[in-house]
This record gives sequence, structure tokens and C-alpha cells, in this order.
Amino acid sequence: MSETLLARYADCVFWLARYVERVENLARILDVNETFSRDSRGSQNWLSIVQLFSDEKTFSARHAEASAENVLHFYVRDTDNPSSIVSGIAQARENARTLRPLISTEMWVQLNMFHNRLGALGADELSPGRRNRFFGSVKEACQTHTGITEGTLHRDQVWYFYQIGRYVERADQTTRLLDMKYHLLLPRPRDVGSPIDVSQWNALLRSAAGYHAYRRLHSGGITPAQVAGFLLLNRRFPRSVYLCIRQTEMLLAEMKARYALRGGNDAAEVLDGLRALFSTLSITEILKQGLHEFLDLVQLRLIAVSRHLSIAFFGYQPEDTLEQLQQTQ
Amino acid sequence: MDGSVLSSYDPGAFWCEMLRCPANQPVRERLASLSVQELRERAAAAEAELYNFGITFTVYSEKDAIDRILPFDVIPRLIPAAEWAQIERGVIQRITAINLLLHDLYHDQHILRDGTLPRDLVLGNPNYRPLMQGVDLPHRSYVHVAGTDLVRDEHGTLLVLEDNVRTPSGVSYVVENRHMMLRAFPDLLDELGLRPVENYGLQLAAALREVAPRGIDAPATVLLSPGTYNSAFFEHVFLAREMGVPLVEGRDLLVEDERVWMRTTGGLAPVDVIYRRINDDFLDPAAFHRESMLGVPGLMRAYRAGRVTLANAVGTGVADDKAVYAYMPRIIRYYLGEEPVLANVPTQICREPEALRYTLDHLAELVVKPVGEAGGYGITVGPRASAAELEACRAKLLADPANYISQPCIGLSVAPTLVEDGVAPRHVDLRPFAITGAKTWVLPGGLTRVALRPGSLIVNSSQGGGSKDTWVFK
Repeated sequence: MSETLLARYADCVFWLARYVERVENLARILDVNETFSRDSRGSQNWLSIVQLFSDEKTFSARHAEASAENVLHFYVRDTDNPSSIVSGIAQARENARTLRPLISTEMWVQLNMFHNRLGALGADELSPGRRNRFFGSVKEACQTHTGITEGTLHRDQVWYFYQIGRYVERADQTTRLLDMKYHLLLPRPRDVGSPIDVSQWNALLRSAAGYHAYRRLHSGGITPAQVAGFLLLNRRFPRSVYLCIRQTEMLLAEMKARYALRGGNDAAEVLDGLRALFSTLSITEILKQGLHEFLDLVQLRLIAVSRHLSIAFFGYQPEDTLEQLQQTQ
Repeated sequence: MDGSVLSSYDPGAFWCEMLRCPANQPVRERLASLSVQELRERAAAAEAELYNFGITFTVYSEKDAIDRILPFDVIPRLIPAAEWAQIERGVIQRITAINLLLHDLYHDQHILRDGTLPRDLVLGNPNYRPLMQGVDLPHRSYVHVAGTDLVRDEHGTLLVLEDNVRTPSGVSYVVENRHMMLRAFPDLLDELGLRPVENYGLQLAAALREVAPRGIDAPATVLLSPGTYNSAFFEHVFLAREMGVPLVEGRDLLVEDERVWMRTTGGLAPVDVIYRRINDDFLDPAAFHRESMLGVPGLMRAYRAGRVTLANAVGTGVADDKAVYAYMPRIIRYYLGEEPVLANVPTQICREPEALRYTLDHLAELVVKPVGEAGGYGITVGPRASAAELEACRAKLLADPANYISQPCIGLSVAPTLVEDGVAPRHVDLRPFAITGAKTWVLPGGLTRVALRPGSLIVNSSQGGGSKDTWVFK
């Protein structure tokens, strides 16, 4: 019995990991947006966050203006917005609730308390002077979750699906982060290297917790190509897209072998192609092709990986649409 | 000034579970050294813990509040060893008789042919399942898990109020309550010599192995739940964890060639024993409710072919019907040739003209219960009902007498309970849980439910009841 895993549980644990990872990244992005959102004239532009997540339609249906208050409300406390922090943790908790027979009590209690804490969020916790502390606490709660998981989750199939979910989500989030800078805040040629431009690249690195690692590797200064190259291709940085893809591929292969699982070859094939792409292309070539187009392609392939896993292991049918894959947003 | 826990407690004329028994003296002394203030602080900490742990149940009537904590009272309910021995004997006797009754009803029906039990009471009962006729079960065991509701009257006599032999719930609270008491009041429990409760899951898993389909030594067991929105989902999780078995929903299972399989990441895996927490009606849309999304099509076919064990068996609801309950003393004598160890509450079966007349004449003194309902719904407590409520009850009785029984209003025993203004008496009952594989085992103690509203007699969690840890002395 310990060797078998219910397909539905695999689905839930995959998404548990994804939702927590997603919330952590969202907190990172919102946290550094103060810096991000200043354009060359120094004024704030919170709309870029909404554009980053392609939420223009839903957002404008609820708010007339992309003010800091409105955008933060939308991405932090709005329970009707499925991609808000509150919704993400609610989803993670729902999955954890289903998984309670398999996860440790400590994992459940921490998520449950995190969820309760967000439900009791004070009115002024997102005020300008306190935002930073709040996002810090969200990041920390997500990392606590990861730590408890590391220390208590049994290393069986459940663990593999958890890890795979986490890396797939993280790869996806890093591509979005890069896309935000390149696609939405595309600097005018004369701004490149200006104090605004440099501070935005700094912010980008910081939001991925990569500032210091980058500094160690590139003592010469910050160039757009080097930052993009670092976040995409670095082999040691835990949030680089390359590392995430490599980890996913290894975990899947190891799990399939260890538990004699026949499914998952389609996903492995897509991952193999992605890895090949990342090992052969240089950042110069990627930029020449167009970074946005490249990131788009990576995102589509990651969606394909998720879909193949859903069909091979989670009990979905090949003819199910993306919306039918229960939890794909 | 705040006194100690029992210093201003007065149970009045009711039988008090704490004060009436000399064996409780050591606990009373320990409580005397605690102030109400300290008790309250520790209770608040324990309650916060329950909330964080998510030890909750769901209330359907409040649509915005999905999760609620079952209110927990920190003053334990005590049962001395000799009294427990009597309860244990009585419960085992009752479950044994019920299993014999069910086997008989679904085979030769001697008890109906003898006229000991009215034929139409059984055959006309919606919980009688003709599909079960002639099906042979391992060890002739139908009721693998039972919860027998006991109350104590003003004279100190324990009475059976109700048998629950379909999918009784509440056992998770027994174990969790004890865990919480061990954390919050280690000084109160220390070296008292209490019977443990935490091996329930092991006992259940072992019993389910005993009743696996013939020829299967290491059965694959699962717990079948309606899902996360069921009010007892927490308990399903608890039991699956305690037994170390997968917690499945209907959509995880399928039937092929009269065998049950579950969908896993590696394909289909066989299932031999299902501890199901879904009512008969919803088990198999091919056999019962067509529209049920909870069940597994074809499950009854596999079951009747003896390829899978369901616990509890299908069709047990005919035995815990409130009308059949009235015959239970006769059923015990009929199958076992013994007098009941635990008496029934005297019950009027309103389908009988004599009993209906008596009930209508004494409406203001009686408790009237619909026979089909569970969870304390639809009960009229005569002495507490308004004139209008009594009239409504009279009308329902006259319109459909067979749907009702009536019982005298029993002054249920009380136990000291922490309430807003101190420690006060509140009415309690007791639900011991019995597990039956090849033979019957009773979990020492059981769930003590307490009616938290002053004077209330209704202890159900869905009606504002709470629970207490129940201590059985060695």
C-alpha cells in the first residue's frame, strides 16, 4: 500500500506546492514594486503588475484606477481574485486538507494558521509604512512551509510530485518576472544604464533573491543581458529557469524508475527538449531572437509539461481542456 | 473573588457524574486546587489549539461558516471501573444481538415468522435493503462499528437511548480530546491509571482485516468519504491516518469484473475492504440513488459477489430505527436468552393505537421523536415546548403516527462544565464505540456529549452541543 499513490492525491500535492510557490513569488514581486513601478519620470505605475499577470480585464471590472491601494487589494486580499495571495493560500490549504492523511500534522497546522492569519488581515497592514513587513511575513510563512515540508514529508511519490510542482511553478514565475522587465518596462534606448534602469534591474534581482549571488559572479556591474542570462541560464542559482527545468527532469526520471511508473514519457520528452534548448542557446542568441518570444515559448512548454503530468498521473483525460484540468488557472 | 473549580458548583436535584461517585475523590481534590481563572486560561489555550489544528466539523445551516470547532469542555467526565465493566458487557450484548438480528432478517427471518417483531416494521422500513437478502458476510458481522447512546436518569440508572449502527461518528473527538487533555492538564491526569483510547485505529484496522473477503490475507483497505465538504471529514482524515489506509472518494474507485479498483499514479490497484462513511443510498448509483455522485457504479454487484467487504454492511439501518429500538429488549432475549444488561428508555411506538392515544394524552410530559431522523432534528421536548409547538407536534402525530415514537422526559444526569459565569451543571450523555470483526471490542469510555445551553437536553454537535474527555479508571 505504501508504494501506491492515489492519482487525486498526486494532483493535490503537485498543486499544493505550486500555490505556495506562486504566493511566495507574488509577495516578492509586490514587495519590490515600489522600485519597479517608477518610470523614468519617477512616477508610480502599478498597472505593470496587472499587465504582468494578464489581469487587465478582471482588474478594470473592479477598479477604475491602478492605484497602489487598488492593486494591492486586488493581489493581496481580494478573495474573488483567484490569483490573490489570500486565494492562493486558500487553495493551498484546500489541497492540504485533502492531503491530510499523507502530510504531517505540522505541515497542516502551519498552513492552517497562515490561512487564518491572512483571513484576519488588519485594515492598515498594507499601508505604505507597513507593506514591507507584511510581504516579509508572507515570504517567511511560505519558506516555513517549505522547511517543514523538507523536514517532515515522507520521501515517497508524494514528495516527488511536490518537488516537481514546486520547480515547474518556480520556472514559470521566473520567466514572468523577466518578461515584466523586458516586455512591459522596455527602456527607451536613452534610458539604458540610467539610474532608473539600473535600479529596476536591481529590483528584479532582489525580487528573485538573486542580487548578492549575481554580484559575486558579475563584479563588473549590472547589464540587462547579464541579468537575464543569470536568471535564465545560471546552473547554480536556485531560481534560474535552467536549474528548475533540470531538477524537474531529474526528479521525474528518478520517480518513474523508483516506482516503476509507466506514464510520464510525454512530459519527460518536453522537458528534455527544453533542457537541450537551454544548454545550447547563449543569452546573446536569446536576446537576438527576442526575449519575450523566447519566454513565451518556455511558458507554453511548461504548460505542456503540466498537462502531460495531469494525464499520465493525475487521472485527467487527453480530451480535457485546459480549464477542465481542475486546478489550472 | 474567584473560587476553585468545584467550590460553588451545585447540581441541584440532578444526578451528578462528578459528585455521586466515591471513586472520583482524587480528581475532585485535584480540581479543588485549581482556580476557575486558571481553568479558563488553560481552556482558552486548548481551544486555540483546536482551531489551529483544524479539528473542526461543518455546519450546514450556516452557509458562510464551513468550519467550526466542536466546543470542548475541559472538566472530564469520569467512569469508575465497575460501572464501565457493566457498560462494556451491555454494549457487547446489544451489538451481538443486533448482528444476529440482521443476519436473520436478511436470511430466514425467524423473528418475523414468530411474530416477535412485526413484519411490516421491518419490510416496510426504507432502511431494509432487499438486495441484501441471502448475502453471506464474513463472521456474519454486519455492524463493524457501532455507537450506542447512553443516558443516566435521575435515579442513577444507565439507559440506552439509541443505537447507531450505520455510520456513527464522533470517535475522533474521543482520541483528540484525550490528546488535548494530556497537553493542557498533565497535572490532572498524572498517575490516575486511566484506560487508554489511542489504539482505536489499530483495533479497527485489525477487525477490518478479519472480515476481508475469503481467501485474502493482507487485504487492501480504504476509507471511503463523501469528501472534504462532509461535516465529518476531519474524522475521516483522522481514521485514515490512524489506520494507515488511503482516504478515497467515489471518483477514485471503479468496478471491473466484480472487483473494486482504485486509480493510482501507477494505474489501477485492487481494493478488498472499504470502511465507508457514506450512507447506503449513495454507495452505488446503479443500485440506489441514480443521481448520486458520491458512490461507485457496480459496487453492490462486487459486494454481493463477496469480492469486497463493506463496513458497515449495507442494510444495517433497519436495526437502529427508532421503532425497532423499542423491541430491542425482546430481540436480546430472543437471540441470546438473556436479560438486557442495559435497559431501554420506556418507549411508545405511535404506530400502535394504544401508544398513540397515550402519547397524545401526555404530550406535554413526553419527548416525541421522528423515527427516520438523525442528529437531533425534529424532536419535540414536551415540558419545554410552547403551546403552539405542542399543537404542531400533535398535528404531525395525527397525520403520520407511524413516523413517531415517544419517551418520558428523562432528567439526564449532569456534569460540572465551564460556562460564562463559572462552573455549572450541564446535561451529558455517553456514546461508547464498539468495533466488531470476529468478535466485539469496546473503546474504554467513549464520547461524552454535553448540552452547553443551560437546561438543554439536546447534546448533538449540530444543535449546540460540546464534548468532554471521558475517563475510565483501571
